[in-house]
Amino acid sequence: MLAYVIRRIFVSIPILIGSTILVFIMVKFSGDPLEPLKMRNPPAPRQTILNEEHRLGLDQPIHVQYLNWLKNLVLHGDFGPSVHSNTNIGHELGGRLVVSLRLVLISVLIALIFAVITGVVSAVKQYSATDYTFTFTGFLFLAMPTFWFAILLKSAAISYNQAIGTQTFFTIGDKSPFLTDDSAWGHVKDIAGHMILPTIVLGLVSYAAWSRFQRASMLEVLNSDYVRLARAKGLRPRRVLVRHALRTALIPLTTVTALDIAALLGSTIITERVFQWHGLGEFFLDSVGDHDANAMLGWLLISALIVILFNLVADLLYGVLDPRIRYE
Amino acid sequence: MSEMRASSVTTSGTPQPTSVTGGSDREFNVKERSQLQQALRRFRRHRLAVASLVLLIFIVLLAFVGPLVWKYQYTDITPDNSQPPSLAHPFGTDSLGHDGFAQVLRGLQQSIKVALCIALVATTLGVVWGGISGYYRGLADSVLMRLADLILTIPAIALAAALGSTSGGAWWMIALILGGLSAPLVARAVRGVVLSLREQEFIEAARALGASDSRIILRHLVPNALAVVIVYATLLVAAGILAETALSYVGFGVQAPDTSLGLLITAAQSAVQTRPWLFYFPGLFIILIALTVNFIGDGLRDALDPRQTRQRR
Repeated sequence: MLAYVIRRIFVSIPILIGSTILVFIMVKFSGDPLEPLKMRNPPAPRQTILNEEHRLGLDQPIHVQYLNWLKNLVLHGDFGPSVHSNTNIGHELGGRLVVSLRLVLISVLIALIFAVITGVVSAVKQYSATDYTFTFTGFLFLAMPTFWFAILLKSAAISYNQAIGTQTFFTIGDKSPFLTDDSAWGHVKDIAGHMILPTIVLGLVSYAAWSRFQRASMLEVLNSDYVRLARAKGLRPRRVLVRHALRTALIPLTTVTALDIAALLGSTIITERVFQWHGLGEFFLDSVGDHDANAMLGWLLISALIVILFNLVADLLYGVLDPRIRYE
Repeated sequence: MSEMRASSVTTSGTPQPTSVTGGSDREFNVKERSQLQQALRRFRRHRLAVASLVLLIFIVLLAFVGPLVWKYQYTDITPDNSQPPSLAHPFGTDSLGHDGFAQVLRGLQQSIKVALCIALVATTLGVVWGGISGYYRGLADSVLMRLADLILTIPAIALAAALGSTSGGAWWMIALILGGLSAPLVARAVRGVVLSLREQEFIEAARALGASDSRIILRHLVPNALAVVIVYATLLVAAGILAETALSYVGFGVQAPDTSLGLLITAAQSAVQTRPWLFYFPGLFIILIALTVNFIGDGLRDALDPRQTRQRR
């Protein structure tokens, strides 16, 4: 199994390199990072512009720029210079990764739990009132723009806070700027409080799609011969449902979850913006605005790593769910 | 088909007027139906999908005919500002006095245009991409599919933001970018269909008869893969309208002075508490479009799925 994991990690290296090349080219064509400097009024001295170009490596041909970037990353763990000379991209990314990853992980977990429960209930009670309710809400959430719902939720939370007169829900930022209760427990409570609303928003998007998917795959399994056999053998219905049906019905959901992670990271950008989190999403949007190629590449590398990691976890989960699959 | 044959018989002057195929001389009294007719019949049975289609047609008409009829243009500044919905302004007005209804109509029009173009670009590109990949296999397949994998590892909205940051907010640029980024999804699906089709006997027969590659692709593979493509195209319209609004929200979509549903919501977000009508109506229309399109897609999937032909309903 360890050998399998190591092999998988090596296989994903070409994909990582490929996606950085793709993004590098696109970023280079997307605009000039020195435009604000060049457009400055009064004009910046020519030497300043040349110095900046040299610092960012823009005076070299594009393939040399890419190779230099790759070399610095691999040999020194350096993400290259940012447009803002006092920003260290690697340092920024590290801090923000923690903030964004806890949002992504917890909302994926919660969305999965709810998706499996509602999917199974929907399938077992097909065409019942419960099923129709779940189906309708699922379709509704699928049709709702993330940020519209996020703003709505935020505004409802603000109204609630005002009505109650206390800060029940936190609507801005990922943590409070200062805390009266400076203990570790105080910090945990503060961070958890700030996470509630963004987690609901991010979780709902995936929940809707996954619950529909879980319902379909559960229905398929419930109508299969081996489940009928298990029932005919006289096994308890609960055991048939959980041990025989659900275990198999979880395999397709695992695949879909792993495939959806890239889209989920996209939704994270939007959720973070609504709630003004200082996470990876904000970092990315700022770097796009500044045409900061190295910053964008750094962000991309992190998100590609997350996607690959989730796919790896999904592959390992197949082995747990499907006893026929063995990783030698 | 049957009607045509019957009428051509009567016009050529046959003495007895023949009725539709399946007259009393036939053993079974069954009307002949083409594949399209069967699909249409099955679609009509899906009530939710039909209702959605009617509603969607109404919304599209509203978006494109409405602005010609409505008394305000989206650029007009009326003397009443920050008015809640009333008879004069059904969707209220913003703080500058723009009529909310006119703005939503314009936004609707732009968003629908973007969404349709995304679906068109993505399916056209995806069909060619997946078709070549599945039909020729080998090196072309590996290269094209690895490229698709690459694009799909990166969040589409991030790529679109990076690419769109210089587009200047032209709606067709956004549609092209988002369409291009959705193409790998279609390509994967089409490739799967083509891979399974190309092994089947009727393709082999066509090849044995000396049909050229282009003939096999155009006359045999494309019509058979059409069901998958149509369903994908429908779902892409819904995904497209949501992607456009998201992109406008982060500031890399359609730019002012033009407008879209996403931009309208973005502009209204600071006024949710004070002028909520500016926020609710564009959102409502996005939900309506995405919901109806998804239901239509569901109906189409049921109607076009060849496995459903087991019974002639």
